[in-house]
Amino acid sequence: MGETLSAVDVEDIIDTMAGELAQEMKRKKRVDPLMIGVHTGGLWVAEKLHRKLGLKKPLGEIDISFYRDDFSRIGLNPQVKPSQIPCEVEGENIILVDDVLYTGRTSRAALNEIFDYGRPDSVTLAVLVDRGERELPLHADIVGLKLDLSPEKQVKLTGPAPLVLETNRN
Amino acid sequence: MSSSKQPASTSFKAPDSSRLQLDEQGRLRHFLTVESLSKDILTEIMDVAESFSSVGHQAVKKVPVLRGKTIVNLFFENSTRTRTTFDLAAKRLSADVINLNIATSATSKGESILDTIRNLEAMHADMFVVRHSDSGAAHFIANNVEPHVSVINAGDGSHAHPTQAMLDMFTIRQVKKDFSNLNVAIIGDILHSRVARSQIQALNTLGVKDIRVIAPRTLLPSDVGSLGAHAYGDLRQGLDNVDVIIMLRLQRERMGSALLPSEHEYFECFGLTEEKLAYAKPDVTVMHPGPINRGVEMDAAVADGAHSVILQQVTNGIAVRMAVMTLTLGHSKVAG
Amino acid sequence: MNILIKNGRVVDPANGYDGVQDVFIANGKIESLGTEPAGFTAELTIDASDQWVMPGFVDLSASLREPGYEHKATIASESKAAVSAGYTAVCCLPDTTPVLDTPSVAQLILDKAEEAGYAKVLPFGALTVGLEGHTLSEMFALKKAGCVAVSQAPKNNINSQVLRRALQYAKTHDLLVVLKPEDVLIKDRGCVHEGAISSRLGLAGIPVSAETVAIAQLIQLAEETGARVHLTGISSAKAVSMLARAQFANIAMTADVHAHQLHLTELDVGTFDANYHVSPPLRSASDRDALLAGVVEGILSVSSGHQPHEAEAKQAPFPSTEPGISSLETVLPLMLKLVDEKLLSLSQLVSSLAHGPSEILGLETGCLSVGAPADICIVKAKETWQIDEKNWLSRGMNTPYLGHQMKGRVTYTLVNGRLVFGK
Repeated sequence: MGETLSAVDVEDIIDTMAGELAQEMKRKKRVDPLMIGVHTGGLWVAEKLHRKLGLKKPLGEIDISFYRDDFSRIGLNPQVKPSQIPCEVEGENIILVDDVLYTGRTSRAALNEIFDYGRPDSVTLAVLVDRGERELPLHADIVGLKLDLSPEKQVKLTGPAPLVLETNRN
Repeated sequence: MSSSKQPASTSFKAPDSSRLQLDEQGRLRHFLTVESLSKDILTEIMDVAESFSSVGHQAVKKVPVLRGKTIVNLFFENSTRTRTTFDLAAKRLSADVINLNIATSATSKGESILDTIRNLEAMHADMFVVRHSDSGAAHFIANNVEPHVSVINAGDGSHAHPTQAMLDMFTIRQVKKDFSNLNVAIIGDILHSRVARSQIQALNTLGVKDIRVIAPRTLLPSDVGSLGAHAYGDLRQGLDNVDVIIMLRLQRERMGSALLPSEHEYFECFGLTEEKLAYAKPDVTVMHPGPINRGVEMDAAVADGAHSVILQQVTNGIAVRMAVMTLTLGHSKVAG
Repeated sequence: MNILIKNGRVVDPANGYDGVQDVFIANGKIESLGTEPAGFTAELTIDASDQWVMPGFVDLSASLREPGYEHKATIASESKAAVSAGYTAVCCLPDTTPVLDTPSVAQLILDKAEEAGYAKVLPFGALTVGLEGHTLSEMFALKKAGCVAVSQAPKNNINSQVLRRALQYAKTHDLLVVLKPEDVLIKDRGCVHEGAISSRLGLAGIPVSAETVAIAQLIQLAEETGARVHLTGISSAKAVSMLARAQFANIAMTADVHAHQLHLTELDVGTFDANYHVSPPLRSASDRDALLAGVVEGILSVSSGHQPHEAEAKQAPFPSTEPGISSLETVLPLMLKLVDEKLLSLSQLVSSLAHGPSEILGLETGCLSVGAPADICIVKAKETWQIDEKNWLSRGMNTPYLGHQMKGRVTYTLVNGRLVFGK
């Protein structure tokens, strides 16, 4: 069973993230962005951010199962969901939202998938948790919470209501 | 006579392909037939196909999931249509595809199927998509490939055409949502139809309670009841209260072998017109695996009309084949 | 050579005998039973305690593949397999290359069999030239050359006009005609019983009518021409009842069933197992039961239907494989199994394998009468053995029983008083 990170209020973190995100987009003059959440946890976070920021374009969702680099080792995730990006990606400013940034492989897969839909002007990466230990040269623009965890620990977002961060010994 | 018990020297074997097409965890390793597959597996195929339907809308209509895999379309019987959809499905998965038409090449030089398979395995093929005029050909090949190779049946004789059946099920699910309250009628040459056999098995597994086959007696299997379908010789009775009509393609050679008198009489008795469509439910869905003989199986007004989902079937064909390829290759991994 | 078989249980239904008795053999014949003839000195004594001494079996239907198909089997390999399985005589079908339609091919086969020195090989001459179904073969010449019957088997590609005339002509020379009852047009490209399995697997079916239509025609023609007709390899319940009625009406018609048909059914085809691709096809369980009843009631004899093949013949998709089972060596254990299960008596077993076939062919074997040729097999009924490459003599490994445990094994076989097999 998971152990809840009791000191952490996910709603508060997302609130802060929304503020930082708004500032960041304004500073970089990226107007009317298209937000895309990564299944499943990233999408939960994205839904809240999308509402808090009052974005006009509908929220997009992607499942990166078909873009994973470990397919040939572990096979297909049986819970794979369809990707739905409701408008053109070409020339857009994208906000990519995920729950946990760790090795960077999921973000890489998500970027690859987005680029198969078209060439965006920019991508801003927002994550609820950055737990370090990157294996790829990637960083998030907006980070809700930095965690320093030993490699054998896992951190997981459960939801959709309420959103709770859990860690467990693997 | 009291010999009803089975002599012990012969083990009873009901037809069951599970051992061959599932791995030890019960996941798809080959896709040879719908028979003996669980509802969960059929649903999984449709769910994964659903996820793949978005790929066709991408600017780059490709996902990298099978990058580096080699898929061989091994067609011992010509079929440009089916081969094209498998070809496209494999390419959308980023696999490398080789198309071999063996109908006219190797076997006519006396090369056996096994020799062909061994040669292609030596070139490190990962999957064979097999079409053959003999029932059981895909089973035969699956029984003889190396453990890491997957086999997909793209139609064997009159036995099975499981990907076609699954794309039809996927289309029915899109249109009707739920299988349990449907009445489904299949019209045409059931006896020689691998598509019909696979459809009947899939419909049964997915919980359709009333499956009907409508055909003259010459085009019905002798023991159609054991397949789980009710036979009708009369179109009007067979179509009564039906939600889905699946038409089969009529092969011209049936006339030559005294199974039917003429296309004209066939159309009169079993051809679908707008008028006859009225026997079914008002929101009936009409399907056909293609290519249609207009004026033999159905008239143009029905084929192109509001009830027809024939082009939707074609689109779905690619997503379902992508799903089956991904599931079998994803599961057939040996350690390392 | 004088041979004494001691203490065996002698089973000889032809003489209504079943009991422990010594058998004295001299000059290739059975010299005496029970009492030692004056001046008899055994040069070889076989202790048959706890074993069964039976007349050697006579097979009514086997393809020995020579000449022409030596990559499948040879007369030497198959006649050796035959004696190891209790057979002392094997009728061979004329489906050789060249076809067994001339005295020279018959002679070749007889010479090869003699040279091999195992079972007697009794050739069936072709009924029509080249087995093509058009021209009558020189049946009188074939008979003089040693053919015990004429036959169109394993085909039945012959129209009713030629068939009727062939029966009339065979009758003229008092030749038995052996036919495989199969309407080839109804059979068409069928490869399994038309029923549940053909429906499910989409394999072309062979309806029962392919057999019964042919039998109905043959019953009429046999009655009208007076020819002696033997049907080899029947497969359906309906065929058994048609035969029973024909025999009751004193029509000269006999028949045999392949031993595996008394055990296997269409369901054994499973998912395209080519080892169960046989001709005639395996039919339903009720057909199987009726065939067994036919054997019990003496309507049917039992043959092997032996069809040895090279491995490649079965390595293809089901419909493209060659039909047939290499079956000589499994007949006895399969029949003993029926005896074990009390579905068949031991004397019915011997009648169906030895006495019945001998009578059909007009041979003086198939019994253990004093003065009869000493064609004898000795069987250890309780010995179990496994079918594998080292326990198998036929060159054809195409048996669905590969790897199975069998019960009942031949220990000695004598042909014309000569020991041709002994473990």
